Amino acid sequence: MTAVVSQEHPWRRAWQHYRQSPFAVVALMMCSIIILAAVFAPWLAPQDPYDLTVIDFFDSKLPPGSRASTGFLYALGTDGQGRDMFSAMLYGLRISLFVGVLSGLVAIFIGMSLGLMAAYLGGWVDALIMRIVDFMLGFPTILVALMLLAILGQGVDKVIFALILVQWAYFARAVRGAALVERQKEYIEAAQSLGLSKRRIMFGHIMPNCLAPVIVLGTMQVASAISTEATLSFLGLGLPITEPSLGLLISNGYSNMLSGRYWISVYPGVLLLLTVFSINVVGDRLRDVLNPRLSR
Amino acid sequence: MTGFIVRRLIQSGGVILTMTVVVFLGVYAIGNPVDILIPDDATAAERDLAIRSLGLDKPLLVQYTTFLSNLLRGDLGTSFVYNIPSIDLILLRLPATLELALCALFIAIVIGLPLGLMCGLRPGSRLDRVVMGASIVGFSIPNFWQGLMLIMLFSVMLGWLPSTGRGEVGLLFGIETSLATWDGISHLLLPAINLSLYKLSLMIRLTRSGVREIMYLDYVRFARAKGLSEQRIVLVHIMKVVLVPIITVVGMEFGSLIAFATVTETIFAWPGMGKLIIDSIMRLDRPVIAGYLVVIVLLFVLINLVVDIAYSLLDPRIRLGGRTE
Repeated sequence: MTAVVSQEHPWRRAWQHYRQSPFAVVALMMCSIIILAAVFAPWLAPQDPYDLTVIDFFDSKLPPGSRASTGFLYALGTDGQGRDMFSAMLYGLRISLFVGVLSGLVAIFIGMSLGLMAAYLGGWVDALIMRIVDFMLGFPTILVALMLLAILGQGVDKVIFALILVQWAYFARAVRGAALVERQKEYIEAAQSLGLSKRRIMFGHIMPNCLAPVIVLGTMQVASAISTEATLSFLGLGLPITEPSLGLLISNGYSNMLSGRYWISVYPGVLLLLTVFSINVVGDRLRDVLNPRLSR
Repeated sequence: MTGFIVRRLIQSGGVILTMTVVVFLGVYAIGNPVDILIPDDATAAERDLAIRSLGLDKPLLVQYTTFLSNLLRGDLGTSFVYNIPSIDLILLRLPATLELALCALFIAIVIGLPLGLMCGLRPGSRLDRVVMGASIVGFSIPNFWQGLMLIMLFSVMLGWLPSTGRGEVGLLFGIETSLATWDGISHLLLPAINLSLYKLSLMIRLTRSGVREIMYLDYVRFARAKGLSEQRIVLVHIMKVVLVPIITVVGMEFGSLIAFATVTETIFAWPGMGKLIIDSIMRLDRPVIAGYLVVIVLLFVLINLVVDIAYSLLDPRIRLGGRTE
């Protein structure tokens, strides 16, 4: 944005800056591995945890490292239904990430559109949108989601809907703040003098320059959405048993934990923690890299 | 100042009224308790009687005005499950939740503030890096799983602390609390730690960034130039300014602690209103859900109001900004 003539692409420059922290690079790698594992879960998992023909109920609650009568190795043990924990975790990760990322993306889309409208149109539109945002942000995420699901009932679509509803306001506020700064700049004035439509200025000119805070916030929000979904599923208000996310796997192991069968709760939890942790570290680093106040 | 408070009071009233509509619509209009509360083998006559006695047959608007006028009299209906007034039920459970939340807040402040201060004064030091790394873990670790791990470690494996219930309560300064007996404290410890870890991480980060911002300001340099002791500079000059935003955040976060207490109370079977609401949601006990929501909204509005007023007292720019409007 400054007048410095630089041939370097801003993404490349951001990466040069990002990789100065080895810790953050490791987190990014971990994050990528987790995403790949989730995407390719059906090919990576040694067992299909939904296929009842391969699950032997007599193999339930086996400790890690046990072998089935068929010689199949349960590296991380089995759960209460005799499912291979490692496979169930990969499939659970897939569901957790799907719910987190999808709700995050829709929330970004809604929040960004409303935030841009509030900033660019101003007046009563701005006042109305920001009033709703303030109202939403006045209550903690978990409470709003809990109440929504209490009313709506269980289901993947309902959880995603609840997560979108609790997240969009953060994006709207962040984008509005960034857009208010951008619209004062000369290039917007130039675009207006050219007679471009409001929509084109909002989405074609202002929006690309508001992306930095959205990327940072979006990363953090996906982590928070995954964590919130797990919490809701643990409480029995999130995903149904037919869609066992990581939170639900932990919840299933809860009753077994007191009798010493720790692995049913511990391993999915470790995976959940690694997922949320690595995303947060990446987000934290992105904030340092993309924060214009610090880098300029 | 008076104008500022009056304006905030009117705003709070608006939020409360909006919430009563949302609560009513959400709880009374969308869910259908008839299917849940009345057994499948009930005759049609029994069904009708039950619907009429619960007032579920009237038009929505009538149900809402009844709801609102009852609300003003502090009557939120009788719990379908416990058969006692829901507001009594909630107020009975409120002290246990407040106790838990206050203890968690106390832990977060007592540990978080000094740690954040030390890290902020020496950014980049070994302590700073370790604590900041740990605080990201604290942010990332899902609250409920962390609670399970606490139970596994301290109750199942080591057997040091109990994992469920509130223990023996005693009187302390006329208030019934778990803090009065050793048994109570041992029961309180794990849930309070569970609830506090997230806020602890937040407190550390907030204090650290506050200290870092203020440390290089001219007035601190001037204090150093005057030859004041490091202790005085840190504890008086820096802390005074750092504390202003922290007090606001502490207030706001107290509300979120009460919300997150639902999770902690469910894990540790803590007999507070958070566990009550989860149980009530499972059984579709609508008067209790509605009552909980109303109590929570009132609590939040009250907290926000107090925080705003405290903030405007601490930072004159807020109320002066309000006056020029």
